[in-house]
Amino acid sequence: MKEGFRQAMAWLHTWTGLIFGWLLFAIFLTGTLSYFKEEISHWTQPEVQSHPLDPVSSLGLAQRYLESNAGHASTWFIRLPSEREAALSVSWRDPNGGGRRGFTDKELDARTGEAVEARDSRGGEFFYRFHFQLQMPHPWGRWLSTFCAFIMLLGLVTGIITHKKIFKEFFTFRPGKGQRSWLDGHNAIGVLVLPFHLMISYSSLVIFMYMVMPASILASYGDSSGYFNDVFGRDEVPKAAAQAAPLAPLTELYAKVQEQAPGARMGYIQVHNPGDRNARVTFTRASADSVAYQRSAIWTFDGVSGELLRRGAPESAAMTTSFTFVGLHMGNFAGPWLRWLYFAFGVAGTAVIGTGLVMWLGKRQLKHAKSERMPGELRLVEVLNIASMSGLLLGVAAFFWANRLLPTTLEGRADWEINGFFLAWGASLLHAMLRSGRRAWGEQLTLGALAFALLPVLNALTTDKGLNHSIAAGDWAMAGFDLTALATGLFLAWAAGKMLRAPKPVAKRAPRAAKTVEAS
Amino acid sequence: MKSKAAGLPLSYRLAVTSRSLAALLGGYLLASMASVCITLLAPMTQADATITGMMLSFVFYLIAFIWCFACRSAWRAWLGVLLPSLALGLINALAYWMNLP
Repeated sequence: MKEGFRQAMAWLHTWTGLIFGWLLFAIFLTGTLSYFKEEISHWTQPEVQSHPLDPVSSLGLAQRYLESNAGHASTWFIRLPSEREAALSVSWRDPNGGGRRGFTDKELDARTGEAVEARDSRGGEFFYRFHFQLQMPHPWGRWLSTFCAFIMLLGLVTGIITHKKIFKEFFTFRPGKGQRSWLDGHNAIGVLVLPFHLMISYSSLVIFMYMVMPASILASYGDSSGYFNDVFGRDEVPKAAAQAAPLAPLTELYAKVQEQAPGARMGYIQVHNPGDRNARVTFTRASADSVAYQRSAIWTFDGVSGELLRRGAPESAAMTTSFTFVGLHMGNFAGPWLRWLYFAFGVAGTAVIGTGLVMWLGKRQLKHAKSERMPGELRLVEVLNIASMSGLLLGVAAFFWANRLLPTTLEGRADWEINGFFLAWGASLLHAMLRSGRRAWGEQLTLGALAFALLPVLNALTTDKGLNHSIAAGDWAMAGFDLTALATGLFLAWAAGKMLRAPKPVAKRAPRAAKTVEAS
Repeated sequence: MKSKAAGLPLSYRLAVTSRSLAALLGGYLLASMASVCITLLAPMTQADATITGMMLSFVFYLIAFIWCFACRSAWRAWLGVLLPSLALGLINALAYWMNLP
């Protein structure tokens, strides 16, 4: 701890940043990928064909499929195809059936209504889940990632306090000056996307506040079920009457919803007790239709008579506020351009964390520039920096390579993609331990550059969805993935080139550079 | 933590540990107490007051963290989070029993 408020905050910024930086980097990177969750899933399951959207016909196909394949299920779930999801997804719960807890999922072709035999892959869902569960057992991953979000918020606030001449220095960028360039970059990116960073870290706390800050719920309600009923509405579904009655055509109910909310897109449709006299059908509006979740945009019908039983209650101001934070974080409402902006901001956030980690080490390495060996703790930070940054990128690339190369008949195929991710990550840690810092960076970045830049080639060789096809067909999710992979590869090649060339540019200016970054 | 930590006395390291615990645990206590206080006292519906209390609690956690590392000694860090927690706890207890049917 040092004297003075600003120095103390700089100290806090430095050390919380170091301890949580590695994990935050992974959380930010996978979170950034999650903005393209559906597009990634589209790439990892190229068997699913996109068709022009026709919700009414899709809904009819879903009902026909479920009636002939899941007539005895207790509940059906239907997700209509959207601008971002090509498949018509149906799932059902059969208390007597197999699957996990009686659930069965199928993806149907939106035009024919036939089940698509797509390769087994978690796709974008894997990165999305990893982003807030960290592949840890429930609920530890959520706790840890939420705490990391709090540390990020703390890092932003202490960073602002440390960096008092925020606007003056914002226009300062001194490239090619080693350590100082890193600091300028760290500050410029941090300030430029500060509103996004504040929003994204605070909103992650709001998302899981019922879990991490439950004292209010306990004091006010006694337990969480009362709170959830109050906020999200009670799920009042009668038991099955054990009397058969035909389910009303879902397309008619859909038309009734459209009368109430013209042009509304549907998120999912849930059918309780299908084929029973007590059938209930619930339509929930797509989260893409509004920034905040709208509990009012839920319609429940009697599944036999087709009568509208109730509509969700309107939201209060406090609910809208918290739902808005959640919605801003998820970005489901964002169209293509805004989505790319989200992605760019996410990359910027990842870069702020990465540059911070590099600076922490660089600043301390300068002090030992003359000595033969680096002290053990600095070497540890160096290894972890390499493994957490370039290693994670290699893991992501390995996931996609596994997706294209593993045989579709392999047992537990989706799990092997995930194993590929972690194996590559672990291998990079080993490699970083065995090689010197600069070499390890250079070699891993080179490998990453090749792995990403060749993904479009791999895609073209293993499927008929290569760039030549996807651009011609206007399949921009597929083409966008390939082009982004290519751009990532080029960027990594540039970074690798920097690492493999020019070994000691700043040794001479070391004392001065160290002084200017004192406050970092 | 060998070569560099060697220069740091044990008392310093214990103080940093103590401050960290004060921030982590004491700060959490303070944030929880503040969120309960807002929930019980805010003139809103039950759900709204609960949401508002939880949403604001993180501000208190943040301030507690900053306090614990900005104040002059580890003792002050603990006092700074525990005394307000105690005061809020008393208010909460009072409000809780008055709210009971």
